[in-house]
Amino acid sequence: MTEHYDVLVVGAGPAGLAAAQAAASHGARVGLVDAQARQGGQVWRHDAVHGTPRAASRAINASVGTRVPVTWLARHQVIAAQSQRLCAETPLGAVELSFGRLVIATGARELLLPFPGWTLPGVTGAGGLQALAKQGWPVRGKRVVVAGSGPLLWAAAASLRRHGARVLGIHEQASAAAMRAFALQLWRWPGRVAQALQLRAALHDVAHHCGSFVRRADGDAAVTSVQVTSGGTSMRVDCDLLAVGHGLVPNVALAGMLGCAMDRDGAHPVVQVDELLRTSVANIHAAGESCGIAGLSAARIEGRIAGHMAAGATAAATSLLRQRRHARRFGELLERHFALDPRLYALAEHDTIICRCEDVTLGALDGYTDARTARLATRCGMGACQGRVCGTALAQMGRFPRSDCRLPIFPARLATLADRASPPLPSRDSGDNHP
Amino acid sequence: MSRYDLIVAGAGIVGASCANEASIAGLRVAIVEPGPVGGGATACSMGHLVAMDDDPAELALARYSLRRWEAFAHLAEAEFSRCGTLWVARNDGEVAGIAARVARLNAAGGEAHAVDARTLYELEPALAAGLAGGMLVPAEAVVYPPRVAQHLVRCAQQRGARLHAGRSVRRLGRASVTLDDGSLLTGPVLLATGCALPRLLPQLPLRPRKGHLLITERYPGLLRHQVLELGYADSAHGDAASSVAFNVQPRPTGQLLVGSSREFDVEDPAVSPAMLQRMLRHAFRFMPALRQLQGLRAWTGLRPATPDGRPYLGAVPGHPDLWVAAGHEGLGVTTALGSARLLIDLLLGHAPAIDPAPYSPARVLA
Ligand SMILES: Cc1cc2nc3c(=O)[nH]c(=O)nc-3n(C[C@H](O)[C@H](O)[C@H](O)COP(=O)(O)OP(=O)(O)OC[C@H]3O[C@@H](n4cnc5c(N)ncnc54)[C@H](O)[C@@H]3O)c2cc1C
Ligand SMILES: Cc1cc2nc3c(=O)[nH]c(=O)nc-3n(C[C@H](O)[C@H](O)[C@H](O)COP(=O)(O)OP(=O)(O)OC[C@H]3O[C@@H](n4cnc5c(N)ncnc54)[C@H](O)[C@@H]3O)c2cc1C
Repeated sequence: MTEHYDVLVVGAGPAGLAAAQAAASHGARVGLVDAQARQGGQVWRHDAVHGTPRAASRAINASVGTRVPVTWLARHQVIAAQSQRLCAETPLGAVELSFGRLVIATGARELLLPFPGWTLPGVTGAGGLQALAKQGWPVRGKRVVVAGSGPLLWAAAASLRRHGARVLGIHEQASAAAMRAFALQLWRWPGRVAQALQLRAALHDVAHHCGSFVRRADGDAAVTSVQVTSGGTSMRVDCDLLAVGHGLVPNVALAGMLGCAMDRDGAHPVVQVDELLRTSVANIHAAGESCGIAGLSAARIEGRIAGHMAAGATAAATSLLRQRRHARRFGELLERHFALDPRLYALAEHDTIICRCEDVTLGALDGYTDARTARLATRCGMGACQGRVCGTALAQMGRFPRSDCRLPIFPARLATLADRASPPLPSRDSGDNHP
Repeated sequence: MSRYDLIVAGAGIVGASCANEASIAGLRVAIVEPGPVGGGATACSMGHLVAMDDDPAELALARYSLRRWEAFAHLAEAEFSRCGTLWVARNDGEVAGIAARVARLNAAGGEAHAVDARTLYELEPALAAGLAGGMLVPAEAVVYPPRVAQHLVRCAQQRGARLHAGRSVRRLGRASVTLDDGSLLTGPVLLATGCALPRLLPQLPLRPRKGHLLITERYPGLLRHQVLELGYADSAHGDAASSVAFNVQPRPTGQLLVGSSREFDVEDPAVSPAMLQRMLRHAFRFMPALRQLQGLRAWTGLRPATPDGRPYLGAVPGHPDLWVAAGHEGLGVTTALGSARLLIDLLLGHAPAIDPAPYSPARVLA
């Protein structure tokens, strides 16, 4: 079964929601696809206790209110792509989607750098723990250390508190000077100032340390304490949970599978787009964090531009370019002031597990200079996550560049890979020739 | 300029085995490999050590090799797992053919026996209902080929072989090669470049034959033997433009490796969703439980296929000091060790343990 849409949007975060709404406003038949059960993406994730954020509800309702309502395709995880078609896995089986134009709004994921003890139970991603709490995972009364880098730490800490966690402190690796410089520039983005003030108020009694990072986590069955380095001194903090994130990395696997060119200047590939968010492949646009980390406003404005473009409304898209440039500059600011301290790349020791799926230690990778050779010899990156975690960390640490994603983009049932509709093949199966 | 007793071009499982044998014989060996050692077809393969009985020459080479593989049974790098091979028959027609196959394998020193349908399901309860019986070859095994190739190259290096890593042979001279960086190595040359053979030696016909594989998450105990359909040989040795066959292997990790497909003359390494689909649908007919498993990754590889399916092993007529060991199609991991020994025997003027005539490159140059 193949469903066709004039415009198909993959990812229902802020970028994808805006794209779907913009495209539908011109009368295009729009499909909005997401692996999750609800719209909102990462930042507007539904909260089982506190509901959906107001801005998110507005954005979600807007797509229903357009001239031609958007078809919402929940729990559709796109696992394969070929020219004008995508294959999605759903709870009911495989679905094939074809499109006239595609908007890739697959967002970003957290970067996790390895350190001794990072594989202990109780150590999670900062955004990951935030998401768990929103899904109702109990954090009430738990002592949580939040560490790593970037504004996401604040957002995560605030969410955790709202769910009753005791946040012992936020450890931002960027220096106090960098943080001050960042704060001084913030006035150019008034929305951000408001958000920052809100978070500040919510976290007024939580200690915020700059130039500080967790160098190891300790515990037997689960984390019970962490060693924190601040300036020249080290101290032990007892805790129940460590929520750690070192920034965000664009999700580019789908774009890569469709042949879209990437910018590879940094450690992580970013989908290459022109000002009007056209990728190198005709009829494919990208918006939001998949084309570089720049936060919520950039994602929303880019979603609108890509949506207009996908519906052929170039003028409407062009009118937003100035706003986009401004929003993107926030990304540059983040990149500059939250640049990672190279000391973080040296925390993992010889016997620290790097590839958690296959239990490969850092020492086992000594002597390898490319991801493929290392994978063939050590199994690093061969497990369930296919290098999404370890390959990303190793690239950030300067060990070796990431290797490209292979089919399927996410693990998928064999039935899904076999059932997708496709034209019949002319030749016979070998087994059928037999008596 | 550097002088060697043997310059091995290509460090797949075949070149690595040859370099190892040559260094054991005391030769001064150079190995030239542009990519990762074992990173060609060798890295894409299933690593099943299996004897096929339909061509007597291939069977002889496979049996000879399988005996040599026993030396690796306890090598950690080989990830050697003696899961045995279980061939399944779909109908009475296939069952009727089993006796002859058992006889041929046993005559060649293998150890095969027929199993009835009841035993088949005792051995592998996850197989589809309605299969007619099968043939079990208990001593066959699976290995992890790229690490074996790396191990063999390291062994050769420990005996003094020189690995020119990141370099390729660009031109053949008279008892010499020029590398892509312009350097010249002199000495007898052995081409073990797999599918790339025609680039240096176009007179020996060789076609790439693409195959798809898929690896699943871990399901320990779901399957215990490498299981193939008896019709597999028709896919492997037939010349249909494309074909698929049921061929599933339990890895020591508990993962399942699902194959297989064959396509001639497709050099694009991209996974073809249509071919993957066809291969999986075919496999489901033999093992419906596969449908619910999680697939992690699909990939492809190119088998180096000669017109008669046998490798080229020996001297290249008309080219003094030029040797070839290539064209092992879908059985090169199995037959690499025997091929290497046979080739080095020829090179040193010793009588090989098996008749080398069927593999002589001269057969296609007549
Ligand atoms: C873990 C995490 C937590 C974050 N928390 C905050 C926060 O609290 N506050 C804040 O200001 N910013 C947060 N951010 C940053 C925020 O995501 C961005 O600033 C911005 O909102 C991104 O919008 P987007 O639409 O580009 O992507 P996202 O919001 O990331 O949306 C992408 C969507 O695409 C879907 N998707 C991806 N691949 C596929 C596929 N193959 N098939 C189907 N669907 C797919 C995902 O399920 C997701 O819903 C967080 C980021 C991360 C990674
Ligand atoms: C999907 C699939 C499944 C398979 N399953 C099995 C199985 O279960 N059991 C089995 O026995 N066999 C199997 N095979 C077959 C087996 O993988 C091959 O027959 C075998 O790997 C061939 O080894 P090779 O060393 O000749 O080639 P390769 O491994 O391809 O090595 C050739 C090497 O030569 C190098 N090279 C190329 N050009 C040059 C140059 N100019 N100079 C120097 N070096 C050069 C290449 O970089 C490469 O490393 C399978 C193959 C495929 C594709």
